[in-house]
Amino acid sequence: MRTLANIGHLGVKELRSLSRDPTMLILVVYAFTLAIYSGATAMPETLNRAPIAIIDYDRSQLSARITDAFYLPYFTEPSLIGEAEMDRRMDEGIDTFALSIPPDFERDVLAGNAPAVQLNVDATRISQGFTGAGYVQSIVSGIVTDFVEGHRSVDDLSVDLTLRSRFNPTLDKSWFGGIMEIIDNVTMLSIILTGAALIREREHGTVEHLLVMPLTPFEIMISKVWSMGLVVLVATAFALLVMVQGLLAVPIEGSIPLFLAGAALHLFATTSMGIFLATVARSMPRFGLLLILTLLPLQMLSGGNTPRESMPEFIQTIMLAAPTTHFVSLAQAILYRGAGLSVVWPQFLALIAIGGVLFALALVRFRSTISAMA
Amino acid sequence: MSEAAAQEAGVPVVARLRNVGLHYRRAEALADVTLDIEARRMVGFIGPDGVGKSSLFSLVAGARKVQTGSVEVLGGDMRDAAHRQTACPRIAYMPQGLGKNLYATLSVAENIDFFARLFGHDRAERRRRIADLTTSTGLAPFVDRPAGKLSGGMKQKLGLCCALVHDPDLLILDEPTTGVDPLSRRQFWELIDRIRASRPAMSVIVATAYMEEAARFDHLVAMDAGRILAEGTPAALLERTGTTSLEAAFVELLPQEQRLGYEGVTIPPQPDGADGDIAIEAEGLTKRFGDFTAVDHVSFRIRRGEIFGFLGSNGCGKTTTMKMLTGLLSVSEGRALLFGQEIDPDDLRTRRRVGYMSQAFSLYGELTVRQNLELHARLFHLPLEEREGRIAEMIERFDLADVTGSLPEALPLGHRQRLSLAVAMIHAPELLILDEPTSGVDPVARDAFWRILAELSRRDRVTIFISTHFMNEAERCDRISLMHNGKVLVTGEPAALVTERGVERLEDAFIAWLDEASTAPQAPAVATPTPAAVETSATEGVAQTQLRRYFDPRRMLSYSNREALELRRDPIRLTLALLGSVILMLVMGYGISLDVEGLTFAVLDRDQTTTSRDYSYAISGSRYFLEKPPLTSYAELDQRMRDGDISLAIEIPPGFARDVARGSDISVAAWIDGAMPTRAETISGYVQGMHAHWLEAKAREAGNADALSGLVTIETRYLYNPDVKSIIAIVPAVIPVLLMLIPSMLAALSVVREKELGSIVNFYVTPTTRLEFLVGKQIPYVVLSTLSFLTLLVLAVFVLGVPFSGSVLTITLAAIIYVTSSTAIGLLISTFMKSQIAALFGTSILSMLPAVSFSGMIDPVSSLEGIGRVIGEIYPTSYFLTISRGAFSKGLGLADLWPSFLPLLVAIPVILGAAVLALAKQDR
Repeated sequence: MRTLANIGHLGVKELRSLSRDPTMLILVVYAFTLAIYSGATAMPETLNRAPIAIIDYDRSQLSARITDAFYLPYFTEPSLIGEAEMDRRMDEGIDTFALSIPPDFERDVLAGNAPAVQLNVDATRISQGFTGAGYVQSIVSGIVTDFVEGHRSVDDLSVDLTLRSRFNPTLDKSWFGGIMEIIDNVTMLSIILTGAALIREREHGTVEHLLVMPLTPFEIMISKVWSMGLVVLVATAFALLVMVQGLLAVPIEGSIPLFLAGAALHLFATTSMGIFLATVARSMPRFGLLLILTLLPLQMLSGGNTPRESMPEFIQTIMLAAPTTHFVSLAQAILYRGAGLSVVWPQFLALIAIGGVLFALALVRFRSTISAMA
Repeated sequence: MSEAAAQEAGVPVVARLRNVGLHYRRAEALADVTLDIEARRMVGFIGPDGVGKSSLFSLVAGARKVQTGSVEVLGGDMRDAAHRQTACPRIAYMPQGLGKNLYATLSVAENIDFFARLFGHDRAERRRRIADLTTSTGLAPFVDRPAGKLSGGMKQKLGLCCALVHDPDLLILDEPTTGVDPLSRRQFWELIDRIRASRPAMSVIVATAYMEEAARFDHLVAMDAGRILAEGTPAALLERTGTTSLEAAFVELLPQEQRLGYEGVTIPPQPDGADGDIAIEAEGLTKRFGDFTAVDHVSFRIRRGEIFGFLGSNGCGKTTTMKMLTGLLSVSEGRALLFGQEIDPDDLRTRRRVGYMSQAFSLYGELTVRQNLELHARLFHLPLEEREGRIAEMIERFDLADVTGSLPEALPLGHRQRLSLAVAMIHAPELLILDEPTSGVDPVARDAFWRILAELSRRDRVTIFISTHFMNEAERCDRISLMHNGKVLVTGEPAALVTERGVERLEDAFIAWLDEASTAPQAPAVATPTPAAVETSATEGVAQTQLRRYFDPRRMLSYSNREALELRRDPIRLTLALLGSVILMLVMGYGISLDVEGLTFAVLDRDQTTTSRDYSYAISGSRYFLEKPPLTSYAELDQRMRDGDISLAIEIPPGFARDVARGSDISVAAWIDGAMPTRAETISGYVQGMHAHWLEAKAREAGNADALSGLVTIETRYLYNPDVKSIIAIVPAVIPVLLMLIPSMLAALSVVREKELGSIVNFYVTPTTRLEFLVGKQIPYVVLSTLSFLTLLVLAVFVLGVPFSGSVLTITLAAIIYVTSSTAIGLLISTFMKSQIAALFGTSILSMLPAVSFSGMIDPVSSLEGIGRVIGEIYPTSYFLTISRGAFSKGLGLADLWPSFLPLLVAIPVILGAAVLALAKQDR
């Protein structure tokens, strides 16, 4: 009973402290409003102003039509160059694409000889190169087909492939970007807020105060966990309801309470991690350095940025120990695919286990270092 | 001499202040100060913390910019940069705070060496001076000890060595003895006297909070609230105020309203018959940290209601002993009893009987005065009905009624001190442990505080265990213990201690005991006074004119050398520098991968013919896809996709084989999990490719390849990366990003760290130019980052398996130039930042965003528009990225890549130049 009351009072104190820390408040507000909005809307369109050069040996009506078919915003205006310049320009990284149209191209097309045009792609620019190559191919065949249809009829392919996307029919990236931003910010803020709360106490010398009072390290630690976790959870709910569903008008398939329950479990793990890092770092600058080394792997390898399947096996295995992996996977299942508890229970269990271990580790570390911190 | 003019006026003047004012934001530090400081004298400034002494000193030293009025030092105007450049080498400035301008991880010799290099002494000269100075200050046996591990007195002596290394004409000492034990204090002043004797031309100005000390100065200036109260010789001040001690004289000099309610402290004698009751008992109490013994077999007994004083210098073990008594620290050996019970850190009940007030009045700055009291009342579980009454009582008793709604930080020190005590008293403890509760507080507030203590002890019978380094406070205690180097030297009533040693004052008694204790382990402290040594160093100084150059490589290397030493001794920064980029490279190499492999799919085959199975083989045969058990219904399809079991489902309609054979129109459906749009796009690309491939194969089988082969063939050649593998494209782009992020961050921290720790003042007051300072600091990071680049290169080629086809020499050369520019960016950012944490986040945002988004890592710069394009065109990362990709994947060398080198080379002087312009040579 006393313990509960202590945890309550200390937590309220944490909330009061936070309410007077303008830097942290701005960070929280920014992370759950503007950051989400820009995360959702700033996802680059697939192809934008891709630089292309054309080597036109044919100089026919058809080759001119092809040249005219590349325009903004997908491609830059094509530079007409000679064969000799191509290599240099590609080497210097001026062009991503170089399309070479052979001599007598128009004549061969009309004769049905199926002449070859050569498309050189700078594959060190992998995303632009890969998607752009598809665009170039379809633009060229489209122009050629139209051109030929003006002269004779063309056979169609008999078997169609109909592509349908589930859960996000138009593959709108803002759906994805907004929610991933929330997930990343939940992790980042929970670690920063709890870590900073502990370091602030250390720097102000108030840890000593707490320790000479009838309080246990467990009470001190859990009060930070609950209060900072609550702040992030409330901010997450706000971001999801107001920013994502409201402003960005992203349809959410699954149950928001279920997601928030998962987020609460995740916060239990990450706030414990924040405490742990703060005991290792002991000062704000060192905490910042540690944060860079831990937060980036946690976020980038969680499966949120790129699918887990494409990572090497050992990284997939290591990342099973990270709470973010399970949180990302349950968040995607619930929010995008509308999965219920029957689907995501393994992630819930994993988060409980990881959170428990992290909390225990942090508590042991907190107990053994807190007197040295004072 | 330039003082000639001053001399004509009669009195030689070393510094002349006219109507000097100084503001920090809204706070006024100095208000219209007009003062002449006589040369060749020892002039003392007295007054409590925060009255403007330090501000005045920093103006005289040239460390701070003159805001209003004029400050003339050594015959020239300190607003004039050219004069400062000539005057700085003649001024030595020791700022406030123990070892504030020293480098904690550097040894004694390295610290002195650094300063000596700044003033251009050569190696032999430096060695001689270090030997001279350390012998004359008694530091010789400790030359290899890190400055951070010296005692307070030794730190101050080292500070003095560093200040004297260039034979100054004006020595500015800001509270050099605060927190230092009386013996070291006395030794320090003797040292100063000897130096003055050997160099009579030198002027000394000193600030002190110890009024006893001030009596030895030639001339005193008493300050309060940014104003000068009075000046004159000590005797004149005493005479003017009609008092016998300088402390009393100072109080007399204060304006009337501040003295309101001031009365002397008289502590009634302890009531008799209290002896039987022991509040604290310590027996052989010992605390070890590793092989360092902080508290060494300390024993004492304190009776209930007694005021027991603990005296000693900073770091002698007072605080550690107190922490053991409160249960904050565990006991290594021996035992301590509180009210007859052994202290058990886990026993929360004893904590209710103890109140603790730590050094520096730690309070929750974000909570108001009332909230602070309420929080503590709640945490001590005062019953609800008592709580309000108790808080009201505390507010009344400690005179806080006017400020209940204010935040502690907005209060004067004296109020904060009372609030701290109120907080410690909220639960009516029987024992109060107060750790230096009066440091820095003005005499009036200090006496008021002592009156409260007297009342608590005598009326409420609260036992008070207090530590202090003020002798007049020690005299008020019932009994005191003198502590030194972790040991209690003696315990007894103050008066008895004085008689025991047969001296006049408690301070002398203390010094006598310290002397006795120090002779054995301590070095021949000042036993070998070698004024001769000091003198020789004084006369044989190098000509200082040669130092007026704008760029002196020796001074620059002095900074490089020091920065490198410090970095080597800071494990977290060093790890970040060397391992940080490796870790992040692995993370990004795998984390930004755009390859899609091992995608799960299942088939809903409604045809179940050889042709339909053939179609699904076309997909399952690919390395991208992994087949899962077939689907039987739409419901299952939906469910399994929802579960995340499959990310692609292929639906083959009934009659598929028949329709294909007939050539009639038919459609296969592919359902893709769209939860991750980029992945979905890649999947759809793969499926389309596979579909087309299958059709072509079918057509060829049927012998009508021509019909399907289309009108035109597009041969796509993926240059430089034929397999279109992410890692080959990503890694050469990640290297430039990492070599921007981490070097800039390290460089930014290096300057801001000095600002935060206070050692930046060495840059302000020495002849170091801005360029020397910045480039000097930059060099170690350029070397380190080049090493880091080579590690990344090896990692990329041998661990991540990225083929390297170009010239290693070219890319290495480019990398060296590039990290020079990225560290310069860090330095530029750091000139604007005030705290390390701001520098850290500021640099990561300012360097990451342009490097990742605008430099061609994902989309080439030519695809960008607007501001992003402009940044991309001028940002160094864009050019190093081109070089990196060229050297890694395109097999290029210097002959092909030189156009990208030019902008990199131009960037360095531009960025460094901007940093030089933005860096202030004085504190604002």
